[in-house]
Amino acid sequence: MQNIEILIIGKHPDIMKTILRLINNKPGWNGTAVFTADEAIEKGNAIPFNIVLLGAGLNVTESKQIQEHYKVPVIQHYGGGSGLLYAEIYQALNIQP
Amino acid sequence: MAQTIFHPAASRGKADLGWLKSYHTFSFGGYYNPERMHFGALRVLNDDTVDGGEGFGEHPHDNMEIISIPLKGGLKHHDSMDNVAVINNGDIQVMSAGTGIFHEEHNDDQTEAVQFLQIWVYPNVLNVEPRYDQLTLNKDDRHNKLQQILSPNPDDDGVWIHQNAWFNLGGFDKGLSTEYQLKANGNGVYVFVINGSIRINGQVLNTRDGFGIWDTDKFTIDILEDAEFLLMEVPMSF
Repeated sequence: MQNIEILIIGKHPDIMKTILRLINNKPGWNGTAVFTADEAIEKGNAIPFNIVLLGAGLNVTESKQIQEHYKVPVIQHYGGGSGLLYAEIYQALNIQP
Repeated sequence: MAQTIFHPAASRGKADLGWLKSYHTFSFGGYYNPERMHFGALRVLNDDTVDGGEGFGEHPHDNMEIISIPLKGGLKHHDSMDNVAVINNGDIQVMSAGTGIFHEEHNDDQTEAVQFLQIWVYPNVLNVEPRYDQLTLNKDDRHNKLQQILSPNPDDDGVWIHQNAWFNLGGFDKGLSTEYQLKANGNGVYVFVINGSIRINGQVLNTRDGFGIWDTDKFTIDILEDAEFLLMEVPMSF
């Protein structure tokens, strides 16, 4: 089975580390973290992401830029790598744990 | 006509880490149920018990309004804004995580367990400056009446959050009734029974049961046995 490729964009470096660690702890999930909309779009040219998470700190323009670029689910991630992360991904991709 | 949903206490998700026992009304951590994701803007209702001397190590939050209500014992809090505080039964704590905050929380007692509710509400604005507050409530102010403990307004009773939400605690004697009038159109109320027995709209609720009601502007709560309960009014769309 192919990995689920997850892109996360946010501005808080330590929170991004936590989110990335949680994603990569799940077998079959692979996370990529970037800090700007431009990087997010550039990464998308190299990696076929299944889902994109918008983290804290992005402004409206950046969020819109990312949402318009990607054809896969782009969702707001709430909580900062907390107990909500996995449920958000399961729900957006309509998959079970 | 009012719409309702009933969540019996036994239907909640459960996590048992030894030092932590947590019941999740909505999907959280290792508990995932697509039918139990949120009630309007109310996203998390965790009923936690932490053993003496134990607690949650440093971890981050962002873009969430986080409310803690100790039911028994005290919880020590330390965060990246250098807030150090203990909240005890009778207090309420609120954090607006906004752009990001790290914190840790531990049982303030080395032997006795602490019990508390942790409640997360989606914010109505993203990326606010993180903030922390706590308040000691007067328990007498909720004997046989509703006590507002949270609102969207810094100048109103209780703590405040970035959401069009109002929380009330009530501690009522058996045989009484009270009415709750919703504050805002489009809001619903999630009722959580801390202990005792009440009835709303024909549904009997016992200890730790949850009940959501919306598409109404008011409802009546009948007290079947001495009861303490929490009313969480939140926007159903946000």
